[in-house]
Amino acid sequence: MSDTAEKVKKIVVEHLGVEESKVTTDASFIDDLGADSLDTVELVMAFEEAFAIEIPDDAAEKITTVKDAIDFIEKAKA
Amino acid sequence: MNDAIPTPLSVAPGLDAPLKGTLMAGKRGLVMGVANNHSLAWGIAAACAAQGAEVAFTYQGETLERRVRPLAASIGSDVLLPCDVTDEASMDAAFATIGEKWGKLDFLVHAIGFADKQFLRGRYLDTPREAFLQALDISCYSFVAVAQRAVPLMSPGGSLLTLSYIGAERVTPHYNVMGVAKAALEASVRYMAVDLGGAGIRVNAISAGPIKTLAASGIGDFRYILKWNQYNSPLKRNVTIEDVGGAGLYLLSDLASGVTGEVHHVDSGYHVVGMKSVDAPDIATV
Repeated sequence: MSDTAEKVKKIVVEHLGVEESKVTTDASFIDDLGADSLDTVELVMAFEEAFAIEIPDDAAEKITTVKDAIDFIEKAKA
Repeated sequence: MNDAIPTPLSVAPGLDAPLKGTLMAGKRGLVMGVANNHSLAWGIAAACAAQGAEVAFTYQGETLERRVRPLAASIGSDVLLPCDVTDEASMDAAFATIGEKWGKLDFLVHAIGFADKQFLRGRYLDTPREAFLQALDISCYSFVAVAQRAVPLMSPGGSLLTLSYIGAERVTPHYNVMGVAKAALEASVRYMAVDLGGAGIRVNAISAGPIKTLAASGIGDFRYILKWNQYNSPLKRNVTIEDVGGAGLYLLSDLASGVTGEVHHVDSGYHVVGMKSVDAPDIATV
């Protein structure tokens, strides 16, 4: 697993208070991990903070799974 | 001008934790509008609690309740009430409960605002009536509405505090209808200060610099706004919720017993600046 993926999963585990084993790459924040609409906004803010990147609104709306987040961040940091 | 362009890094220390003491011992206050631990209202609540205040909270809806509950518990607060400021009965019920539980109220923090995100970008000129009325109702009138219910519980020395932003005074990008609502809110502070001054109740606002909160996540180009303030404010840094908490504590405590009708800037001094700092870098893209 890449450093980014590991860091993303750690943030998700901490923020949503879910079991690490549940945070698979394909897991959907809302459907699989029990996030509400504010959680998704807070997660995006946490990713921005942790990776020192900006995630614009239109991109944020498309980040619905762990994989979406990892992909966006890896691209933004590349 | 210097050849070498210094990187504007702040050396001015900020508060990183609430100062402990007994300034608010015996005081009870209601804090409305905490969304999570990044909220300005939380900074103020924590600052007051660290000085011995008992704090109650209101929340709107379950998603916010879930966030406020552990924060309230962390400062030993067990008064957590639902309150929708667009619903008279909901406000009546919240304040009736405060009256029953405490029988009095020493301070109130109003940290509530709303505008449809869709209109927090582009031109103010394009704001439809419905979005305008909603923003003014929730962001400005709600302060009046909660004050109507809080004041009967207050004695001389009571203090009301709300939150504003420099977008109320001058045009800031994307703030639009919210700037107009905050201007109305700041004017309300002045009128309410006169209405309540005779009863010894003070009314003030904090105009905070930009802070990355849940509410701010709806404002376009927010990261740019943060950078701009960091590079161009006198203190060369952005403010924190601890900075706002400290100023809020002052305004809510007896230290500010002679202060009312004031809009107090907690913005690293940005409000005095008239032009971009000469050593601020080009931040067209951040």
